Amino acid sequence: MSRVLMLALLMGLAANAPAKNPVKLKVGDVAPQFARSDLQGQPFDLKAQRGKIVLVDFWASWCAPCILAIPHLSQLQKKYGARGFQVVGVSMDDSANTTKETMRNIRFSYPVVLGDAKLGNFYGGVLGLPLQFLVGTDGKILAIRSGEFPPTALDREIAAALKR
Amino acid sequence: MRPAILTYLLAVLLLAPQTASAAPGDALTIPAAVQIQPVELAAMLKAGNAPPILQVGFSVMYQQAHIPNSQYAGPGNKDDGLLNLKSHVDALPRDQLVVIYCGCCPWEKCPNIAAAYKQLVGMGFTKVRVLYLASSFGADWVDRGYPVTRGG
Repeated sequence: MSRVLMLALLMGLAANAPAKNPVKLKVGDVAPQFARSDLQGQPFDLKAQRGKIVLVDFWASWCAPCILAIPHLSQLQKKYGARGFQVVGVSMDDSANTTKETMRNIRFSYPVVLGDAKLGNFYGGVLGLPLQFLVGTDGKILAIRSGEFPPTALDREIAAALKR
Repeated sequence: MRPAILTYLLAVLLLAPQTASAAPGDALTIPAAVQIQPVELAAMLKAGNAPPILQVGFSVMYQQAHIPNSQYAGPGNKDDGLLNLKSHVDALPRDQLVVIYCGCCPWEKCPNIAAAYKQLVGMGFTKVRVLYLASSFGADWVDRGYPVTRGG
């Protein structure tokens, strides 16, 4: 069996296996892939974003700092989208209805998918919000941010990443 | 009105219907005397004399990881979550030591913990301890190597 086929099989097994002991991700790791329908009704595939700078934003309706960050993220999407930047929101709400209710009240200029414990574990455990992963054009993690932080810092970080 | 301010107001309105009897920020009203530090609770677990421990946050977080033998009894920011909490402790003697924790967000932004604390005090519990997680359950418990049970 070729190495490529073996690797593909192992990756498939890993993707379907429960992540009982998730590995803490660090800068330089490849961002775990996920593909889901977003809550706006379109398919979203992280792998299809290769070549772009991607911000994976874990958030939830109950997370006040996350809610306050959404307009800034929407602005960044508008500002840098044409230059190859993409935000994807991953809602960690307990139900899709809660997220949809939030999305009726706040305008998102980027796709939002519903996360769950499995996806959280793939990302090393999403055990506190806010949590963001900035992913480079090669799919590797450029930065990990947890907790509150000023949107201006993120703006600078994205601008720098797009210049690379 | 500036968009940012409008957004803030929207956020407050949005969060308000989910709030049972406390709001983000109310954790700051929880007395220091009833807070328990992670190192203290970890020592109790290690010694095998931990009291009932209840996670009063969100189930998607509990499903990923929680303190061993803790039960899910949330979320504290919703009325049905507080009913869930009540059902978990109703049969306990009111002088039973009980520990609650959340860690969904930074302590001062947690929408659950203060409401859960008030619920227990309101039920007459006299020995409620609230696990102080400054940043999050991940940062202040899991990443420090304290014991964790994975999966729901």
